Amino acid sequence: MSRRLFPLLTGLSLVLFVTAPIVIVRAPYESTMGLVQKIFYFHFPSWMAMFLAIFILGISSVIYLFRRKPVADRLAVAAAELAVVFGLMGLITGPLWGIKAWGVWWQWDARLTMAVILELILVAYLLLRQYGGPGSDRLAAGLGIFAMANVPFLYISTEIWRTVHPRTSVVPTLPVDFGLPLWWSFAGFIVLCLALLSARGRLEEQRAAIDKLYLALEEE
Amino acid sequence: MSEFLRVAWLVVRKDLRVESRSKELLFTTLFFAVSCVLVFAFGFVRGGRAVDGAAPGILWIAIAFSGTLALGRAFERERYHDALRGLLMAPVDRPAIYLGKLVGLLLLLVVVEAVVVTMVAFLFQAPLFQYPLRLGALLSLGTIGFASVGTLFSAMLVRTRSRAVLLPVLLYPVTIPVLIMGVSGTAALVQPEPDLAMARLWITLLLFFDVVFVTLALWTFEPVMTE
Repeated sequence: MSRRLFPLLTGLSLVLFVTAPIVIVRAPYESTMGLVQKIFYFHFPSWMAMFLAIFILGISSVIYLFRRKPVADRLAVAAAELAVVFGLMGLITGPLWGIKAWGVWWQWDARLTMAVILELILVAYLLLRQYGGPGSDRLAAGLGIFAMANVPFLYISTEIWRTVHPRTSVVPTLPVDFGLPLWWSFAGFIVLCLALLSARGRLEEQRAAIDKLYLALEEE
Repeated sequence: MSEFLRVAWLVVRKDLRVESRSKELLFTTLFFAVSCVLVFAFGFVRGGRAVDGAAPGILWIAIAFSGTLALGRAFERERYHDALRGLLMAPVDRPAIYLGKLVGLLLLLVVVEAVVVTMVAFLFQAPLFQYPLRLGALLSLGTIGFASVGTLFSAMLVRTRSRAVLLPVLLYPVTIPVLIMGVSGTAALVQPEPDLAMARLWITLLLFFDVVFVTLALWTFEPVMTE
């Protein structure tokens, strides 16, 4: 299935990403921040793509732990790696915007704190997969569930702890001129995330197939 | 249900008996906690006075560090002579084994925390005993949250090679909410003008965290430990 899905998704995300700069350039300048505000069109979607990946990671971890479906495990690795990559994009675009908007690179604000902690959990997940040795797939599935369950707690605790970051509730109320480029790149990022997910999942699948062939060869 | 609790109690009693004979875990963890607080004292007491507002953070970091040490050793005894397999093969509910292990660890950590809290209160001139009940609630709920995740991870990692490194690597990021809640709640109690409403909010949040994560741990213990 993913063999046919991948070119389709890649093509679609390519179209969206090639046209995104045009849409973004045509959008009006924001009155107080000017040009810098345009980072937003890539910053927000990369976080959304990360949350999508974490959600997929959590769900597939549950499925793998209780149903032992190898597909779910492969999907979990792919999703975890993508969550790290998209999270990194958010962590890089965030300070670039922050230095212009707040005058500092970094603030211990609620959203920023939460972003860093989530990134930390996901890197820990990858470390476990890499260095956990045999049987680490099930342990990683356990960690994946805990990572997903942590999201609401991180959200609430950091939200009460500190807040300077603009609230996400501004997003639905954006005027159309700002909203169109935002949702355009949002679609681009989500489709790209799914395309990479199918490619990465397929790579894991083929790796497993090769392992099986090696084992069969040794038995002969 | 009573059978479940009985099995959990048996595991607790076994751990307590082993511990009462060797006292290995208690003494090593206590000594580590004490030296941890002392190291903080050397770092944060300048000119005879503690840095303002450092006490809650130091208290919780000391608890987290010594807790990790205890958690790392929690399943150490079960590693020898295939004791873990024996325990898992017993015809009982597996979550009951987890619960027994968790309770045993909590009893140990209560002793450690009593010492750490007293030390922090003395060395950093923090009015920690101003609201003993609220502080007790914060500490016990925070410890349950931290240890519930830690016991599961410790059990998961028993069979892996690099478990000593992987336990803190996995445990700290996942339990950061507990640390934020615990430190903020304690800070609300010891600041010059205590904010009791804020402390109550953090206690409630910790309670929610505990309910969710203990449930999750009980639910995932069985499939994670199955070979």
